[in-house]
Amino acid sequence: MTSPLPLGPAIDWETGRIELAHGSGGRAMAQLVDELFVAAFDNPLLARRDDQAQFAVAAGRMAMTTDSYVISPLFFPGGDIGSLAVHGTVNDLAMAGAEPLYLSAGFILEEGLPLDVLRRVVASMAAASRAAGVPIVTGDTKVVERGKGDGIFINTAGIGRIPPGVAIGGDRARPGDAILVNGTIGDHGLAILSQREGLGFATALKSDSAALHRLVARMLAAVPEIACLRDPTRGGLATTLNELAAQSGVGMLLHEAAIPIRPEVRTACDLLGLDPLYAANEGKLVAICPSARADRLLATMRADPLGGDAAIVGRVIEDPDRLVTIETGFGGRRTVDWLAGVQLPRIC
Amino acid sequence: MIAFDAFRDGETARRLAAAIAAEAQPGRSYAFMEFCGGHTHAICRYAIAEMLPANLRMVHGPGCPVCVLPVGRVDAAIAIAERTGVTLCSFGDVLRIPGSHRRSLLSAKAAGADVRVVYSPLDALALAQALPDRQVVFFAVGFETTTPPTAAVLARARHLGIGNFSVFCNHVLTPPAIAAVLGEAADRPVLDGILGPAHVAAVTGADAFAGFARDARMPVVIAGFEPLDLLQAILMLVRQANSGAARVEIQFSRGVTAAGNRAAQALTAEVFEPRAHFAWRGLGQLAESGLRPRPGFAAWNAETRFEIGDPPPEPRTACRCAEILRGLAQPADCPLFGSACTPESPHGACMVSSEGACAAEWSYGRGRRRIWKELR
Amino acid sequence: MCLALPMRVIEFLPGEMAVAERDGIRKEISVTLVPEVAIGDYVIVHVGFALAKLDPAEARRTLALIAEMAAPGPR
Repeated sequence: MTSPLPLGPAIDWETGRIELAHGSGGRAMAQLVDELFVAAFDNPLLARRDDQAQFAVAAGRMAMTTDSYVISPLFFPGGDIGSLAVHGTVNDLAMAGAEPLYLSAGFILEEGLPLDVLRRVVASMAAASRAAGVPIVTGDTKVVERGKGDGIFINTAGIGRIPPGVAIGGDRARPGDAILVNGTIGDHGLAILSQREGLGFATALKSDSAALHRLVARMLAAVPEIACLRDPTRGGLATTLNELAAQSGVGMLLHEAAIPIRPEVRTACDLLGLDPLYAANEGKLVAICPSARADRLLATMRADPLGGDAAIVGRVIEDPDRLVTIETGFGGRRTVDWLAGVQLPRIC
Repeated sequence: MIAFDAFRDGETARRLAAAIAAEAQPGRSYAFMEFCGGHTHAICRYAIAEMLPANLRMVHGPGCPVCVLPVGRVDAAIAIAERTGVTLCSFGDVLRIPGSHRRSLLSAKAAGADVRVVYSPLDALALAQALPDRQVVFFAVGFETTTPPTAAVLARARHLGIGNFSVFCNHVLTPPAIAAVLGEAADRPVLDGILGPAHVAAVTGADAFAGFARDARMPVVIAGFEPLDLLQAILMLVRQANSGAARVEIQFSRGVTAAGNRAAQALTAEVFEPRAHFAWRGLGQLAESGLRPRPGFAAWNAETRFEIGDPPPEPRTACRCAEILRGLAQPADCPLFGSACTPESPHGACMVSSEGACAAEWSYGRGRRRIWKELR
Repeated sequence: MCLALPMRVIEFLPGEMAVAERDGIRKEISVTLVPEVAIGDYVIVHVGFALAKLDPAEARRTLALIAEMAAPGPR
C-alpha cells in the first residue's frame, strides 16, 4: 500500500517506543497509522483514510455494542489483548443472534510502550478480525504520558445485522427451559491468573478466547426458538445466570456434576480459594431454549469446533425470589449468589 | 497414590448421611460446632447440612482469622499502608476487612496507598528484595497453620539481613478461641461436640485439643475438608454423643498425628512469643490468644518500626456477631443481617470473609430468600 | 480457615524449595517446615508452604472405614 503522505524517517520497529508525538495528530501519528494500522487491518473502507467508515446496510434490525479491554498481562496463554478485543466485541453482537459486520478500534497507548509490543498486538488483532470475517473499518489513537496508562488500552465497537425472525433477549427465559453452555468454564480466568506476579503457577491451561458468531449462526439455524444467549465473561457463569434470572423473573436450577470444568481449573481454584463458577470466560456462551429443543441444540453445539464439550447444565424454574440454585452431587442444594466485590485469592 | 476424588463420592456420601440419620437418636437433638471457617465453607459448598437429620444442627464457629481481626488492627494496617514509602501486602481476603468508617485496605489502595495481594509470605519477602527503596510490610493474619510460614519468612529476612521488610503480626491461637466459645459452664452454649480443624491440628497435633474433651467433657473429632471427611466426622461425633464419651478422635488420620509438626512448632516458638492479650472481633480481649515476634526480631516487627500502639476498644454496635460466633444466635437473628450487613458491605466479623457464618448463610443459604420475602 | 490443598512433591529446588503438582497445576512451594519430605510424597500446601505430609496408607484406611460405616444393613 502506498501512502499519500510525505513521511519522516523510517519507524524503528525493533527498539523504538511510543512517544507523545505518536498521538499528536502530526506526521509521526500519520506514519504510525499508515504503516501499522492501515497496513495490518487492510480493508478498502479503512484504506480511504476518512474520519469515518461509510457503508450501506440492508433494511432490518441492527445491533451495536462497545467494550473496552484492559488486561494484564497483555499477552497470555491462548491470546492477547488484541485478539481479545476482536473476540469480545464480536461475541457481544453474536449474543443478539446478530451477524457481525464491522468493528472500530480505539487505542490508548502509554508513552514508552515498545513499538514491537504494539506491532504484535495489532498483528494479532488483524489476524483475529480476518479469521472472524469482521473487518476493522475505522479507528483512533491517543497517547497518554508515561505512568498514566497500562501499556495499551483498546476499545472496540461493533455493529451487526440481526436476521429476520431472531428474537433473543435476557428477559425471555421461561420455566421449563433448558440451560446449556458450549464447553468448559473458567479457562480464561485461571489462564490469566497463572500469569499474575505473586499468584503464578505453571499450567498448560489456555484462555478460551474465541469468536462465537459462527457457532451462534449454526445454533440459530438448528433451533430458531433460542430465547437467551449471553457470554459469561467477567463474573463468570454464576453472575451471567443471576443476570438472566433477574431479567426474566425466574429461578434457575443447575446440576453441579453437569457443569464442564477442567480438572486443572478446579485444582487451581482450590489452590487460590476461588470458585470456577465466578471465573471469567472469553469463548463461552450460555444458551436457554425450550426443553423440547435442548437435545437438538446440544447436538448442534457439539458438532461445532467451539462446542465439543457443550452440556445441558440445568433448567429454568419458577421462583419469585429469582435465585440461582445448584444441586450438589450429594443431594443438597445451595444458592449461587452474584459475585460480591472482586474475587480475591483467599487464605481462609 | 491418594484417590482424592474418592473423598467426594456422592453415593457414599448419601449412605453416610443415611447412617447418621439411623444412629441419631430420635428422642434428642445434636448441636455440633465446626470451629473452622474452612469447614463452614465446605458444609455450605457441598450442602452437607441439608443431608443431616432435622435433630442434628451444625453451629458455625469463629474459626476464620480474617473475620475475627478487630477494627483497631485493620485501622493500624491502613495507617501503615498510608505512610510514604510503604508497600503493604497481604492475602486477598484480608484486604476486604472493614476497619472504622467502613474503610478497608482496598479503599486505602483506591485512595493511593500501595497495597498488594500476595499468595504467600514468601512473595512478600521477594517483593522487599525487588523494591529495595520501599518499606515492604507483610500484614500477617492467620491461625497456627499460617504462623509457621510467617516465622520462616521472618527468620529468613533476619538471616539475609533484609532491612526494608517487616511483619505486622496478627497471628492468633485456636485453643483460646475455642475456650472463649465454650465459656464458663454456667453460660456454655448448648453443644454436643466439636468438629476440630485438621489443618491447624496438622501443625499443633491433636493433643492441643485434649483439654476440651477432658475439662469441658466435649467430644472432639479432628476432621478433614472433603465431603466424606465431614460426614464421617459427624457420624463419629454422633457415636461419641450417644455413648456419653468425650475424647479427641482423629478422622483426618492421613495428615494429623497426636504430636503434630515438631519442626513447625519449633520454628514458631523460636520466632514468636505470646501476647498478654489480643482482641478478637466478636469475642473481645482474650488472654494469651495472640502472638508477636520475639525481641530478637524487633527490627522486622512493624509494630516496633512504625510505633503501633495497642488499639482502642472495639466499638459497640447492634451486630450480634459475639453471640453468633459462640453459637448462641443464628445469622438471621441479627438485625443487621442482610440490610446494614451484606457481603458487599460487611459490618461484623461473620460477614467479612466468605467463610464467616453470616456470609456463608447469605451466599449459599436461605438468608437471602428471607430478605427477599421481607422486601416484597 | 486455612485454605490448603494436598499436592505431590515432584522436584526439589535450591533454598528448601520444591515443585508441587496436582492435576497439571505446578506450584513452587517451600518445604522448610517438612524437612523429611521426599520426592513423590503428598503434602498439604498452605500459603506456599508444605505444612505436613499426607500418608497414603492412612488415606486408604480412612476410605475403607468410611465404606464400612456407610454400608447399609441391620444395626
